[in-house]
Amino acid sequence: MRVRAILTSAVAALAAAALACAAASAIAAPDRPDPVADAKAFQNFFTRKFPKVKYEDFVNGPYSMNEDLHRQWEEKEQFPPYEFALEAGKEMFATPFKNGKTYADCFPNKGNGIRQNYPYFDEKEGKVVTLELALNRCREANGEAPYSYVKDEMAALTAYMAFTSRGNKMDIKIPDDPRALEAYENGKRYFYTRRGQLNFSCATCHVQSPGERIRAEILAPALGIMNAMPIYRSEWSSMGTTSRRFMTCNSQTRAVPLEPQSDEYRDVEYFLSYVANGLPISGPGARP
Amino acid sequence: MASTIRVRATANGDTTEVQALIQHPMDSGFVKDAQGQIIPPHFIQQLTFEHNGKAVFLANWGAAVSKDPYVKFSFKGAGKGDDLKISWVDNKGATDTTTAKIQ
Repeated sequence: MRVRAILTSAVAALAAAALACAAASAIAAPDRPDPVADAKAFQNFFTRKFPKVKYEDFVNGPYSMNEDLHRQWEEKEQFPPYEFALEAGKEMFATPFKNGKTYADCFPNKGNGIRQNYPYFDEKEGKVVTLELALNRCREANGEAPYSYVKDEMAALTAYMAFTSRGNKMDIKIPDDPRALEAYENGKRYFYTRRGQLNFSCATCHVQSPGERIRAEILAPALGIMNAMPIYRSEWSSMGTTSRRFMTCNSQTRAVPLEPQSDEYRDVEYFLSYVANGLPISGPGARP
Repeated sequence: MASTIRVRATANGDTTEVQALIQHPMDSGFVKDAQGQIIPPHFIQQLTFEHNGKAVFLANWGAAVSKDPYVKFSFKGAGKGDDLKISWVDNKGATDTTTAKIQ
């Protein structure tokens, strides 16, 4: 009898402990970053907001939001304005450095069709490495001066690398490393934080208002916005990199732009690319 | 150096559709650079498309045309395999010419 009583109370104690555990984990769950759930929620938000837009079309930015603009763009794509940059990039990519090595030696698969894997989290450095950063590091490792992150050569090189990766699905990984998760969270925080005199966050325009006009422009959805980089903007009448895009976004909301390839920009690129996983690379793009 | 002119000409029945993209700064002469110095005018003044020695499209351009201009037009009387000669002259006397096959 006594044995049974002890057993029953032990079972009861165990059950109570299990309950307490379950309760604790239920409370802790919302605080733990969950990129998989984030990406799902992010994608669902856009597909619900724009049920008529074909999923793969989100990577085409403002053109996915407006039929008239889409038709004009299709016409333009027959002879896209980034062609000169693309050709220059192809030539630059194939031209050896002074030491005889080439860009291809710095990248997996000789740099072909790898755009979808950038940015990636480098576990040695403990930071996010973007394609632009990797290109300049490749130059420096081979004794060449780094390029400006904003335009011209850098945009031409990334344009060529994006072009060889067209149609490949964005495939950003968050390794099992607390620093990687922290970088992702940091990028997400940057994306949703208001800043500048106009008190805009990235999300104000690109989550709340895609498809709306900002002056004459139509705002692009944040979903897949990295897939089209780099872009030829008619407003710039030249090519621009992801860095250039972030910096002009900041100054347009009257915030002080950060240095190109600063940690925050790298992290926000990581976040935006991760939530666009599965969407095809469409860069280089042409934008109004 | 690679040509500054990209052309695509496609014949469809009697009509040939021509698209061209030209790489040129097209500086108007009214814009200042980062140091506040005027960027001197530098733009294409004449653009010509010739088929069998006959000009089928002639444009007298000025400072108001955008950088890296794009042109599209169609004309009649050419067939597949014909040559189309494209040339431009700018206000500094520079010039470029290319010949494209009509497809």
